Amino acid sequence: MTEQDIERYEDGNALAGPLREIFAVDVTAAIGRCVACGLAGPVATLRVYRHAPGFVARCPGCDGVVLRLVRGPNDAWLDLRGTVSLRIPLTP
Amino acid sequence: MGIVSPGFHGRPRSAAASLPPGQYLTEDFPVLSAGPTPRVPLDRWEFVITTETGQEHRWTWPELLALPSETPTVDLHCVTKWSKLATTWQGVPLDTLLAGVETASDYALVHSYGGYTTNLPLEDLLDGQAWVAYRYDGADLTPEHGGPARLLVPHLYLWKSAKWVRGIQLLHDDEPGFWETAGYHEYGDPWREQRYQGD
Amino acid sequence: MTKSIQTGRRLAWRVGRLVERRAETPTARTLVLDVPGWPGHLAGQHVDIRLTAADGYSTQRSYSLAAPADGDRVELTVQQVPDGEVSPYLAGVFSVGDPVELRGPVGGWFVWRPTDPPPVLLVAGGSGIVPLMAMVRARRAAGSRTPFRLIYSVRSPADQYYAQELRQQSGGLDVSYVYTREAPDGWPAPPRRISVADVNTNGWPPEFEPSCFVCGPTGFVETVANILVALGHEPRRVKTERFGPSGG
Repeated sequence: MTEQDIERYEDGNALAGPLREIFAVDVTAAIGRCVACGLAGPVATLRVYRHAPGFVARCPGCDGVVLRLVRGPNDAWLDLRGTVSLRIPLTP
Repeated sequence: MGIVSPGFHGRPRSAAASLPPGQYLTEDFPVLSAGPTPRVPLDRWEFVITTETGQEHRWTWPELLALPSETPTVDLHCVTKWSKLATTWQGVPLDTLLAGVETASDYALVHSYGGYTTNLPLEDLLDGQAWVAYRYDGADLTPEHGGPARLLVPHLYLWKSAKWVRGIQLLHDDEPGFWETAGYHEYGDPWREQRYQGD
Repeated sequence: MTKSIQTGRRLAWRVGRLVERRAETPTARTLVLDVPGWPGHLAGQHVDIRLTAADGYSTQRSYSLAAPADGDRVELTVQQVPDGEVSPYLAGVFSVGDPVELRGPVGGWFVWRPTDPPPVLLVAGGSGIVPLMAMVRARRAAGSRTPFRLIYSVRSPADQYYAQELRQQSGGLDVSYVYTREAPDGWPAPPRRISVADVNTNGWPPEFEPSCFVCGPTGFVETVANILVALGHEPRRVKTERFGPSGG
């Protein structure tokens, strides 16, 4: 894999901190299902593009947008329209 | 503001008086995107302006390059707080592309290869304020920076200068684009620091 | 000590202070922070660090916790990146007694608990060893007998973190190395990137259904994850953490 082939994304573990400001539980272990292709998997495996103050998390299968998060000074905008549902483990 | 980290200076920067509020100067040209870099073969590339009545105006790559172009030098202001001054481009003014387009619309929704969208008032694309740019800093615009061609609207935050531009839809009503539906400001004037909805 | 992931409260930034720094290599430092009220954490979790300059400019980076929960004590290992913005500060300027803002612990997926039954395979690329070392140390602290194998890919012996500690490991932890630029004297193979053979020989067979944790740069993680799946490991038993382009 050449340097150019490596796209500039991180994985969903990078969302752990920002999402933990919003939710009282960890969401990176939550299973989300992509609206576009139906692939289900943990938020931690999403491909996260940083465009601070925004994050875009894309499906590792089809690159469809699964989740977007914008962190403003007083608000956070969380857009989950790319997710059919999120199944969030609540027992540690 | 968080607590100050003693001895931390960060990247060399200045908050010069000529910068919009909250911006810092950079010599780099950071690559930021909302997704993977689209690779568009030039023989399939096209730019389409669609009016509110559905009328389409299309240009292929050779047709775009044949149009009279300009070489603007502009300052770029990114919502990530970095500004880059006096960047040099070559591109076709939107005034030229819109010259033959009959429309009564007030708004534009810009579409990119890869699915990105951004919106702005039509008047912000006119009067020498915008270009479809295909060269940067004396060379062909690289895919990482939006090539083969990107929109360049430097009086607004750089997220409005859609990379990998493929067309503009003219609309009666404003329709928020990719970042605008997720919390970025609908207009994005750096001089009024319009980063987020409600600013 | 708290053994579970803290729930019930949104996280905010806390302030910790540097109490100790140790050299792991000429360019990597382990920082020991005292963070009053630290809620504890699990091996594999990380923290976000925020630095603010006097003019208000601020920037953040994520760092994995290098050691298991131990009261208010939090350990990170920072690799100094040439032309980096944050790492030269943390590895060099940040002094004992100085404050730093951190948010965490975060990350609930890439974690190992001593109560997890399966054997564990850890595959580290460069600084990806950090969260995996927290797992190794958590295992030892808990007196766990879970069989662990660690494959540690590194440029050269001089680039290894925790070198002495890993040499002393025994009792259920097997460590093997891959050297990509310079191998130790007498090493049977020339330096080369990690391969199927390394993972096949030094990992666990898929029939053992191990939990696999792979951490490092994106290219390394993708290569190893693909190798593990190709060898027959269930994809859902392979957990990855990429250290992405924001490092430095």
